[in-house]
Amino acid sequence: MKIVKYAAAGSLAAAALLPTGAALAAWEINMPVGVTELSRDIHGLHMMIFWICVLIAIAVFGMMIYSIVKFRHSQGAVPATFDHSTKAEIVWTIIPVAILVGMAIPAAATLVKIEDTRDSTLTIKVTGYQWKWEYEYLDQKVKFFSTLARDSDAARQTGSGIDPSSVPNYLLEVDKPLVVPVGAKVRVLLTSNDVIHAWWVPAFGMKKDAIPGFVNELWFRADEPGIYRGQCAELCGRDHGFMPVVVHVKPQAEYDSWLAEQQGGAAPAAAAQVENAAPVTAAAAE
Amino acid sequence: MAHAHDAHAHDHHDDHGPAKGIGRWLFATNHKDIGTLYMLFSLLMFFVGGTMALVIRAELFQPGMQLVDPMFFNQMTTMHALIMIFGAVMPAFVGLANWMIPLQVGAPDMALPRMNNFSFWILPFAFTMLIGTLFVPGGAPAGGWTMYPPLSQQTGEAFPMLIFAVHLMGASSIMGAINVIVTIMNMRAPGMSLLKMPIFVWTWLITAYLLIAVMPVLAGAVTMLLTDHYFGTTFFEAAGGGDPVMFQHIFWFFGHPEVYIMILPAFGIVSEIIPTFSRKPLFGYDAMVYATASIAFLSFIVWAHHMFTVGMPLAGQMFFMLATMLIAVPTGVKVFNWTATMFKGSISFEPPMLFAISFLFLFTIGGFSGLMLAIVPADFQYHDTYFVVAHFHYVLVPGAVFSLMAAAYYWLPKWTGHMYNMKLAKAHFWLSTIFVNVLFFPQHFLGLAGMPRRIPDYSTQFADWNMISSIGAFGFGLSQLLFVYIVVSCIRGGEKASDKVWDSGRPHGLEWTLSSPPPYHSFETAPEVK
Repeated sequence: MKIVKYAAAGSLAAAALLPTGAALAAWEINMPVGVTELSRDIHGLHMMIFWICVLIAIAVFGMMIYSIVKFRHSQGAVPATFDHSTKAEIVWTIIPVAILVGMAIPAAATLVKIEDTRDSTLTIKVTGYQWKWEYEYLDQKVKFFSTLARDSDAARQTGSGIDPSSVPNYLLEVDKPLVVPVGAKVRVLLTSNDVIHAWWVPAFGMKKDAIPGFVNELWFRADEPGIYRGQCAELCGRDHGFMPVVVHVKPQAEYDSWLAEQQGGAAPAAAAQVENAAPVTAAAAE
Repeated sequence: MAHAHDAHAHDHHDDHGPAKGIGRWLFATNHKDIGTLYMLFSLLMFFVGGTMALVIRAELFQPGMQLVDPMFFNQMTTMHALIMIFGAVMPAFVGLANWMIPLQVGAPDMALPRMNNFSFWILPFAFTMLIGTLFVPGGAPAGGWTMYPPLSQQTGEAFPMLIFAVHLMGASSIMGAINVIVTIMNMRAPGMSLLKMPIFVWTWLITAYLLIAVMPVLAGAVTMLLTDHYFGTTFFEAAGGGDPVMFQHIFWFFGHPEVYIMILPAFGIVSEIIPTFSRKPLFGYDAMVYATASIAFLSFIVWAHHMFTVGMPLAGQMFFMLATMLIAVPTGVKVFNWTATMFKGSISFEPPMLFAISFLFLFTIGGFSGLMLAIVPADFQYHDTYFVVAHFHYVLVPGAVFSLMAAAYYWLPKWTGHMYNMKLAKAHFWLSTIFVNVLFFPQHFLGLAGMPRRIPDYSTQFADWNMISSIGAFGFGLSQLLFVYIVVSCIRGGEKASDKVWDSGRPHGLEWTLSSPPPYHSFETAPEVK
């Protein structure tokens, strides 16, 4: 029952700690700021390009609207006859090039950082299956599957009659989440056992394909404890929409005790059962 | 057609009018008849593919699975894409090419009329087979129109049907493209040098080269899928030493130019319409031609931006990011030139112009999201979310499809000899423009908030925008019935259209020197172009 308590407490803590969790509730219109350096960099890039596009749009759409309003035939506008202007054409070729260079430089810098997977403290191998994830802590000899939580699975059956809004974290809850320590550089090795999947946690900023026969890698370092949710992001068959990714980021001490419990492996099946029940209890607590 | 008969009563041939009955269509060699066939077929497919889109949007109306099985949902997304791309948008442009290229270059017909017949009549068979997959064991293809292995290898009995259908569509496209190139290169009126060609002809010439370059690549890719499936090869199977990612590289080497195959003729159409209703010549004609050619060239070196998440080397990601960003330059030139064409013009707002202006705004929005997607780190967030869905629907629906609507409203009086109901056409425009935004704009929000694409159900945080989007989808789909009504009424009769059709006095081009409708064999004597 200790685990249940932990999970319940964790969920509550996450709900309090994670503004994005609440903000995502409805009518969300923008990319949430994540909890890793990379995700913040990416969010910054995203906003930068967005505002550049807005400025260009104001200029271009402004000109279009001005022309449409000002030069109306019904208002007796007399058409000019010019059909080119080399000067203008050179200007509107060079200015975009300059803007693009301005965008490319910070983008390239972030990209270099993203690709730097050195000096990680924890390596986890993630294997995609139709339709679940397997997590293997390579150096810690811990390995388990993570599948869609039972209440979500029951509710998502065609014509189940269960109201999805009555299910906590509908489609974004698993029986056994990935657990990582806060502040650690986690290297994720990705592969697949059948078709191509993609592992994605928006709050970490990264998504990468899990491809059979090949190993991809990505890294993240979560700065805040909490529960972070994502989904498979590459069409992988019938239940592509039903293999969520849930990551619990815990303080080092909690992670250590969780790990010890996993390695103890007294009754893994029983442990899985208890974990299964956790989300429901957590929901009740909320 | 009586008009055509009278005009050429002196003709010694006995085939100067259309054949009677169904034979006119089955054995059609006339460019206008074949153009009409292409466009009617495309309209039919537009509704078939649209109905599938409505199944998708109906299921996504609210969270939970209400209507269909997830597998059927995947069949719908896959078939919707295949039918809209290969059955609706591409044949519509080929139909326009058939109708307009001979009229615009001053030729009597397309250069290869029998091949023209063949390239059209392949399509009904290809699509009957493709749609037939819905009724075979295992259902229709459900692995996405991109057919990525290993997932596409899990397709049931539909698998060989899908591949054969793709082969047929490719063969049809290649024949159509050859016909366009041969016609443009050999049958232009005396005096019409390349840089005097109408811009629509230019964009189609470049498009035809793209088609010939990439359709065989697609054929090769799907043939390898086929041999992997039935003949024990392992091109894309890691277990046998193959590489599933190689398929994606080959597919997108076809797929990216394919994107421009669907937009370059649209650029041509808009470049014809805006000058007419701005009563001012197209700004920067030469620059427009060079920009089109640059976009076509760049389309061959940007393919991997569709697959940044497969894990490419850093240098590869950098290259494809920079090359992709470069496309913004010639595309920007086009948008600026269209704006400059309207600037200091004398603009009137007939239905074709309304659709062209809407194209200008909404295609540009699709361009902005395209630029955002080019930035690799940001793409790691956007990839395979609804942000991508919003992006490519903005360039394909208010982009390519609106240009087709604009073209239909621009040339319909020329084709039929009748004016259509302007009031209804304007109503169709406003309904389409409003609903297309209600439909696709919220999908940007969904993607940014984290909703993956191609999922049949979603967590409750995405419920609100999905409902709005679905309402837009039904509004947009139903509005298109109005288009059918307008076109059918226009074919059946209406106010007589003049040769110039548009009173702006500025529709330039040889097609406006002919009667409305034009004689059966267009230009029997080549016109002189000064």
